[in-house]
Amino acid sequence: MKRVLAIARKELAHILRDRRSLAVALLMPLAMVLLYGAAIDMELRLLHVGLLDEDCSEASRELVRALTSSGFAVVSERLENRAAVEPGLRQGRFLAALIIPTGFARQLERGERAPLQILVDGSDAATAAIASHYLDAVVALENARQGAASAAGPVPRPRVWFNPQLRSPDFVVPGLVALILMMVCALLTSIAITRERENGTLEQILTTPVTPIQMVLGKVLPYVALGALDAAIILLTGKLAFGVPMAGSWWVLAAYCLLFIMIALGVGLLISARASSLRVAMIAAILATMLPSMILSGFVFPLASMPVPLRLLCQLMPATHFLVIIRSILLKGQSWFPLQTLALALMGFVLITAAVRSFRLDLE
Amino acid sequence: MSIVALPTGGPAVLARGLTKRFGKFTAVDAIDLEVPRGEIFGFLGANGAGKTTAIRMLCGLLKPSAGEACVAGYRVGPESERLKRHIGYMSQRFSLYDDLTVRENVAFFGGVYGLSPRRVDERAAALLPRLDLARDQGRLAGSLPLGYKQRLALGCAMLHKPRVLFLDEPTGGVDPLARRRFWDLIYEQSAAGVTVFVTTHYMDEAEYCGRVSIMAQGRIVALDTPAGLKRGTSRRSMQDVFLAVVGS
Ligand SMILES: Nc1ncnc2c1ncn2[C@@H]1O[C@H](COP(=O)(O)OP(=O)(O)OP(=O)(O)O)[C@@H](O)[C@H]1O
Ligand SMILES: [Mg+2]
Repeated sequence: MKRVLAIARKELAHILRDRRSLAVALLMPLAMVLLYGAAIDMELRLLHVGLLDEDCSEASRELVRALTSSGFAVVSERLENRAAVEPGLRQGRFLAALIIPTGFARQLERGERAPLQILVDGSDAATAAIASHYLDAVVALENARQGAASAAGPVPRPRVWFNPQLRSPDFVVPGLVALILMMVCALLTSIAITRERENGTLEQILTTPVTPIQMVLGKVLPYVALGALDAAIILLTGKLAFGVPMAGSWWVLAAYCLLFIMIALGVGLLISARASSLRVAMIAAILATMLPSMILSGFVFPLASMPVPLRLLCQLMPATHFLVIIRSILLKGQSWFPLQTLALALMGFVLITAAVRSFRLDLE
Repeated sequence: MSIVALPTGGPAVLARGLTKRFGKFTAVDAIDLEVPRGEIFGFLGANGAGKTTAIRMLCGLLKPSAGEACVAGYRVGPESERLKRHIGYMSQRFSLYDDLTVRENVAFFGGVYGLSPRRVDERAAALLPRLDLARDQGRLAGSLPLGYKQRLALGCAMLHKPRVLFLDEPTGGVDPLARRRFWDLIYEQSAAGVTVFVTTHYMDEAEYCGRVSIMAQGRIVALDTPAGLKRGTSRRSMQDVFLAVVGS
């Protein structure tokens, strides 16, 4: 234990002495939340819609009012005919087009499901998904309201349940927690260990009676703390700046963050055991952490919109399961995730066992 | 061949047929050594002769391909953990932490050797003035002149009072005065009963050693006291001895 503490204290001294890296490690998550949060918030608030109202009825005007009164969408263009829809989308004058066909009001009155057409620019998949969900939800709610007023018709349920206002920061903040934890813990630990190997200081340590477990523990302890600090920064900023809810228990959240940090540390240790140089370690760490936790986790691209093989690959990424957990804790207040917990625990066990075993105490 | 480890009274360093191969290349080729306690043993040889590789095996950093060794009474390999408590190692490259202060480096190495902070304080208070580092405790190790760095590395390697010190080119690249001061420290240790196993490319330093071995292409080609080597090769200086032995 004395040895573990000596190593941890030394590692902490490195971190504190390197002011620039420390600033990056603490300010990057803050900046990311503010930037991403604000950018996506803005983007959605100003969802530009092209409107083609063929019905020109009280009901159709009511629908458009409901759409724009939310503050997320503006009708940036009123279209004359269907031929104008495609060029507008193509040129990016609006992100989505809403077509209210003739007979909309009549069908509503008769209590039938009124057909609407929503066209979304799919080139930005994430925004498109959010935009289409948003329009779907508004239209469905409006349908339900008007349908109820006319006391008839099947009531379609809005598809989006736990983020009913489609407030995007609510989705971004959990994703950022996963991303930053992975990056800080995996990237920084792999750099810290590879640097010792390159500088020859590892050789010096290996002549002392330190065991691999002591070395690994002492080395990662400060990064666990740094990761936890970063997670707290992101969550608090999300809460204070964007009102991201915290429906569940902080303790449950902290426990799962810790589990995820362990996994990230395992990844970092494995990389440092294999990497031949600092540069290789950095590139490997970025590839192994940033890309999967952004692209293959449901953070940027919804899993539902992926082809099956890719979706299966996503299931192998710790970030995927962590995202489900953290979103559910924040937005739904859920605290029990048997499947995801099992998946994460298994991954953590495999990774950490492999990492400790590959951390040899000689130079070969 | 088997070595009977004698915890007390046995030689400080004992090697029999110690060999290291990297693939097909043999860096250290079946060397035999026996260094009694308290001796200053000089380990000479041209660049690439295999000195560093041999020392790394003796410290348990590299696994021997063949042969056995016994250091401070412990067998290298099976007893490496205990062995490491009783040896100090100073590598050829300066390998302390440049971004930590002198004090922090000392505290760290004291800590990994299992010394309590109080014990570290006591030893640092006694040791640093002797290394002429007392005034530089708060300085970053990276900003020290090379001669000071080397003394700091020596200090960190002997904080835990090892029985055997392995010094791999401890004085490379510094002026004669700094080298002289470093050797005073080596003598001090030797007088206190510590065995010092030292490599060097300076022939004047070879003269300071109790006995000297000369390595070439992974083998020990000569081993005797400096005077004995000069007599045996009828040369006047260690420089000439070295050239005669390695050149032939
Ligand atoms: N890990 C390794 N893999 C392959 N070859 C190695 C390795 N380490 C050392 N060698 C080779 O073994 C030989 C002996 O190297 P070593 O460092 O032991 O020499 P040395 O006597 O210490 O030389 P110097 O005086 O330059 O320090 C060299 O040819 C070196 O290239
Ligand atoms: Mg060498």
